[in-house]
Amino acid sequence: MLRFVVKRIGLSIMTLIMVSLIVFLMTSILPGDIAKQTLGRDASTEAYEIWNKEKGFDKPLVVQYGRWMGGVVTGDLGISLQYEQPVSEILGPAAGKSAQLAIVALILIAPISILGGIAAAMNRGKKVDRVLTVGGLSAAVIPEFVWAVVLILVFGVAIRAFPVSAFPDEENPNIFNSIYHLLLPSIALLFVLFGYISRITRAGVIEALDSDYMRTAVLKGLSRKAAVFRHVLRNALLPTIAVIATQVPYLAGGLIAIERVFNYPGFGNILLDAVIARDFPLLQTAVFLTGAVIICFQLIADILFAVLNPRIRQRVTE
Amino acid sequence: MSTINTPTLELRGLEVAYTVRGIDRQVLRGVSFSIAPGEAYGLVGESGCGKSTAAFAAMRYLPRNGKITAGEIFFEGKNIVDIAEEDVAQLRRSAISMVYQNPATALNPTIRIGKQIAEVFALSGASKSDAMAMAQDALTKVQISDPAKVMRRYAHQLSGGMAQRVVIAMALASNPRLLVMDEPTTGLDATVEAEVLDLVRDLRRDTGTAVLFISHNLGVIRNMCDRVGVLYAGALVEQGATADLFDNPSHPYTVGLLRCIPRGGLHKSAERLDTIPGTPPALGTHFDGCVFSARCALVEDKCRTVQPQMVNISDSHVARCFHSDKAIAIPHSIEKIEIKSTSKEHSAIVGESLLNVSHLSKVFTQDGHQVRVVNDVSLTLGVGETLGLVGESGSGKTTIAKLILGLVAPEDGGIITLDGKGLAKTLNRRDVQDVGAMQIVFQNPDQALNRRHSVTRIVSRAVERLRGFNVSDALDRAHELLLGMRVEATLHSARPVQLSGGLKQRVAIARAFAGAPQLVVCDEPTSALDVSVQAAILNLLVDLQKQDGTSFIFISHDLGVVRYISDKIAVLYLGRVVEFGESNQVFQGPHHPYTEALLSSVPNIDGSSRKRIPLTGVVPNPSNPPTGCVLHPRCPRMTGSGVEHLCTSTEPALNEVEPGHFMRCHIPLDQLRKVQTQ
Repeated sequence: MLRFVVKRIGLSIMTLIMVSLIVFLMTSILPGDIAKQTLGRDASTEAYEIWNKEKGFDKPLVVQYGRWMGGVVTGDLGISLQYEQPVSEILGPAAGKSAQLAIVALILIAPISILGGIAAAMNRGKKVDRVLTVGGLSAAVIPEFVWAVVLILVFGVAIRAFPVSAFPDEENPNIFNSIYHLLLPSIALLFVLFGYISRITRAGVIEALDSDYMRTAVLKGLSRKAAVFRHVLRNALLPTIAVIATQVPYLAGGLIAIERVFNYPGFGNILLDAVIARDFPLLQTAVFLTGAVIICFQLIADILFAVLNPRIRQRVTE
Repeated sequence: MSTINTPTLELRGLEVAYTVRGIDRQVLRGVSFSIAPGEAYGLVGESGCGKSTAAFAAMRYLPRNGKITAGEIFFEGKNIVDIAEEDVAQLRRSAISMVYQNPATALNPTIRIGKQIAEVFALSGASKSDAMAMAQDALTKVQISDPAKVMRRYAHQLSGGMAQRVVIAMALASNPRLLVMDEPTTGLDATVEAEVLDLVRDLRRDTGTAVLFISHNLGVIRNMCDRVGVLYAGALVEQGATADLFDNPSHPYTVGLLRCIPRGGLHKSAERLDTIPGTPPALGTHFDGCVFSARCALVEDKCRTVQPQMVNISDSHVARCFHSDKAIAIPHSIEKIEIKSTSKEHSAIVGESLLNVSHLSKVFTQDGHQVRVVNDVSLTLGVGETLGLVGESGSGKTTIAKLILGLVAPEDGGIITLDGKGLAKTLNRRDVQDVGAMQIVFQNPDQALNRRHSVTRIVSRAVERLRGFNVSDALDRAHELLLGMRVEATLHSARPVQLSGGLKQRVAIARAFAGAPQLVVCDEPTSALDVSVQAAILNLLVDLQKQDGTSFIFISHDLGVVRYISDKIAVLYLGRVVEFGESNQVFQGPHHPYTEALLSSVPNIDGSSRKRIPLTGVVPNPSNPPTGCVLHPRCPRMTGSGVEHLCTSTEPALNEVEPGHFMRCHIPLDQLRKVQTQ
């Protein structure tokens, strides 16, 4: 097991290095001269050169990459061109905000989707199943920002049950207030992810229900309910857990549209601003961290899957 | 309470239907039989005849689309057709248990074995720790080695035989009065099958449990059951005491079934196998007359319009046939096949050497260990001959076939020559002629044929690739080949999924013959097929061989089949050839002790009792084979042979013990002959 984990971590680190290279090269070949953009068109050539030298942009790419990576490792992420502040001071709070949204969304989405999937599987072919499956898929094909706008219009503007901004009240910064503000964006995300997760759950439960070991359980004399609880759910939820884990980085890292619509100062919003302002140090690091979060959760998903599934656990132990 | 007169299980006029696309299709037609306490009742018949449906109906467990439409099921005198779900569960907890085919999937993959067995005890009210202790006792009862260790394992860590023992332990945990066994040994090695059957027999003797035993293997049924029922198209066509029914079959279907099986030393050179012409009726077919009339050689007008009733043959034997007295003398149904030659270009003389394999080895690396799955194997095969490969699973049969075909590269030093020409180690370095010259037919045609291609396309593509024909010539050739394999022209545009198992295997054989092969490897080609279909396929292979001089390497766990079709036999154990010789020499003996044990483990359909020579223990881990002779820890003949010191220290060579008969054993041939004829 330890060997498996070490191997997986090693692979993840390698993937991370690949990501950093790609991110670095892509931001380097983006069109537009940063110096010109920052100093304005009227500045002299010398001014550009001095600025480039000051920021280190005159060095060969290899050196620039080395400095950036060195900074990532030591925690010195450079200075944002746009805000003239250390990148870490900007990204830190934003990451916290994004994590809050992701956690609230996940706590809402995971149980509802899993229960939906189980309900659909247990009533296979019946009305409940059809409503959940068709409804879930229909909801999933509509992008989250459309849902966001619809939810704002209905619950925020028409009914006024929820705030239109996800940003908590300044004068009332307790946890319940924060969650209350995050509910509407979470519901928008639920609509997008429900169909997907519940469908995977449904497939897993149906496979387990049709399995020979389920038949064994029933023929042992277990009631159907007991057989489902003891024999079906654990096997059925294995693939579901993996799927949910792969959705976490999506929630934590890339909710640009949702954060924009709800005016939420999370990671996605910063990312978008950095692109528009060609704020390279900020953009590079933000994209890289998003990648790191995705890889990290993929790793957690893999290990979790192995821990829950004796077949894989055994294979990796031997 | 059951009394002497109350049967444990009684089915009365049971009718079951499956709803398929909104229409009820009848699967069981008025099935009636009863099983007395302590009695073992066997149900036989080909697939789709309703055997398993009857078994699951007795458990009140039918698929979602299945329902009982008429009739009654009495368990100890109480009709259980309409009782509530909770009462059914109560019966399953306390009185009726089931053991099924495919034990590996019957166990939950994520729960430890101990906990799964303990669950049964917990259901009947035992405390958690008591239940675990009882589970361990249950494992001890089924003679599993090291039960404490098995308790902590997961299903995938058990061999097939062990998994089936676990399932049996679980079934017996509730001290059932009725045990339903549905193909409990299908898919297990002959030696393991024999052990499991011994176990069931012992347990029955000890517990007096009534058994409903379902198997397609008539030999197993003959050895296990007191009475037998024969099902065809969901109807019971014959029933009787086992010996009566096997020795004096009185329904044409029973006669046909028994005749399909290669047995009693039957060999292709002497006799073709009987088949049952036609195919079983589709699910839910309506019959005015006898269900078997469409395939029966004795059919008269009356059979098609009037349903025959059960006729008494003797006190304990009934058959549902108007001609039960004539059934046993039914004319032999031997299809004569005219096949257009598939490969005129090789007109080599039969018996001339074709394939030479020498010093073939294969080492796999598994979890850091070197596993020698094939160890220095040398074989020869002549033109138009069949070489049978036999041995337990893990003996290296399939790997040898793959090495010869070039699907797996042998270790350095291994030489394969075909028709005098040395072959490259791997397939991608062999030229098209060499590839076409050796082809394979797999066990499972479902997986071997591309589901998206039509039958014609599957074959014509192979013709194009292997013979270099243009598209239209290849199509012509494909049709010719398919007709030669008796796949009718109307089916040529069908997809594999629309064909029956036997037809699919014919298509797979046509594909193998597309390149005009000199050698075809048949890896368990009939194991997934019913006996009547198996007989037809074996006949086809023999015909192809006679006509074109094609050679076969035939892998099968069914020794009767191997004996019928093979000219030479190689017996494998742990990747080594332990015995090699003419089919007759190997089967008639004197045998290598391993061969002897293998042969003695096959349940004999003739009912003649034969002493089983058990192989003790399990197949050793090939990554760490025993010293000396690899068989010595399990050898039934080592003790008392006088050469024990050699067996445990030196690996014997493959010696020619009599002309053409090779054996890897330290015990002198005469001594083996003596102990084996005692």
